[in-house]
Amino acid sequence: MNQAELIPHLFRTEYRKIVSVLCKLFGIEHIETAEDIVSDTFLIASELWGLKGLPENPTAWLYTVAKNKTKDYLKRHTLFAQSISKNIKNNAATSEEIELDLSVKNINDSQLAMIFVVCHPCNPAESQIGLALNLLCGFGVDEIASAFLTNKKVIYKRLQRAKEKLRAEKIEIEHPSLSAIDNRLSTVLMTLYLLFNEGYYSSNHDVTLRKELCFEAMRLTYLLVENEQTNKPAANALLSLMCFQASRFDSRHNPNGEIVLYQDQDTDLWNQELIAKGEYFLNRGSHGTQISKYHLEAGIAYWHTLKADTNEKWECILQFYNQLLLIEYSPIAALNRTYALAKVNGKKEAIVEAEKINLSDNHLYHSLLGELYTDVDNTKAISHFQDALTLTKSTADKTLISNKIRECRQKSSN
Amino acid sequence: MKDFLLVFRTDYNTMPKASPEEMQASTKRWMDWIGGIAAQNKLTDRGNRLVPAGKVLKADNVIADGPYTEIKESIVGYSLVKADSIQEATELAKGCPILRIGGNVEIREISVL
Repeated sequence: MNQAELIPHLFRTEYRKIVSVLCKLFGIEHIETAEDIVSDTFLIASELWGLKGLPENPTAWLYTVAKNKTKDYLKRHTLFAQSISKNIKNNAATSEEIELDLSVKNINDSQLAMIFVVCHPCNPAESQIGLALNLLCGFGVDEIASAFLTNKKVIYKRLQRAKEKLRAEKIEIEHPSLSAIDNRLSTVLMTLYLLFNEGYYSSNHDVTLRKELCFEAMRLTYLLVENEQTNKPAANALLSLMCFQASRFDSRHNPNGEIVLYQDQDTDLWNQELIAKGEYFLNRGSHGTQISKYHLEAGIAYWHTLKADTNEKWECILQFYNQLLLIEYSPIAALNRTYALAKVNGKKEAIVEAEKINLSDNHLYHSLLGELYTDVDNTKAISHFQDALTLTKSTADKTLISNKIRECRQKSSN
Repeated sequence: MKDFLLVFRTDYNTMPKASPEEMQASTKRWMDWIGGIAAQNKLTDRGNRLVPAGKVLKADNVIADGPYTEIKESIVGYSLVKADSIQEATELAKGCPILRIGGNVEIREISVL
């Protein structure tokens, strides 16, 4: 890796680690100080490395500079140093004794503690995701804005407000107690699930960026399953779900960036390594007495990784959707369940059920009915596809639906 | 939306002794039916089945074994659904697998205390 690539790479991998360690050392009220110290470190790196060439061990170099910067900062701000040294567990008497511990263990512990802070329910979900990208994934405001398809100002304000909220609530950066983990973990898993979906389902055209969102969500979930305290069945099930979904990432778009539907995908592009990982984590998550929605969704995703279009496959998918809907209703689950029902019990029964679910302002609802009416009543199919076309905002969807209408027209004229 | 209780009744004596395959097919029918209600976002609580044996407590601490197995219509389970009207709730009950084995569904609006 040359220098031009190395700094952004290190920024992505190391920024969040040092920020987490510093935040844990300083406390939540000093997030900005932590961010400033790390940003400064990277600034010096890019200037100095440009002049003198790369150091032998760039990561170690960054850590040393960050440590020194922290010491300098504490020397210059003695009041600050005194206030934080009171909170530091080893009770350092003077600021000189405060040592930034950048060992692998402390980095992992700090990142894990930060996940729980960032995913604190005092902030709304969209702020949690923004904060996660900023503080845990090292994404800048620009990148987060393009991931959310919004402008920088909105994101900047959102992040400021969220950090302010964490300060106001005096959220402790620490491992939640064992009893608190079960309660807090579900919020953390939900945020990571949404972060993954933001990458997987967003209509953003930047495929590289979307893939990165997915892999960042997977990396953070991996941190959870690697830690004894948070290695819970639901966390493993979520990671399994992410692996199964991500295995189809490269087959979901054609070279023109258009969406390729599941049944039309080139199955050779499905990533077998990720599928195997998904199975591994699903097995690891299959103990205990509680079945989470991640277990059910991972089960659905598992059956989607099997290429053969068998009755057994769709029957299992249908039953998982039935169970999922009993835990929690969502329009997407209702629509997908109806699709599976058509595969198992036939289109006629599915049309009756679909018309009952009545989501007529949802373009996916009309796409589904269009799909179900195709070859049953092509005129009705076209009419539903046209409703879907009017309702969708995404260009990729429009292309897809227009193709469907063309196919139906050809069928009805034959 | 109002909540409605669906009470499933059937005659235990006419219930066929099902083979494992039939049991599985029956479970599927129940799941497909209740899943269909959930897909309309009209399920409040999937409810439960009831064990056939029971007791009846009468005045003066008279306790009788449940006569359920002898009467024609024993309560075998219940679910809670939500709907705008009793007509709509009745519509949801259609397709309930209990109807296939000679049973019935009673639909009652819940009057919240």
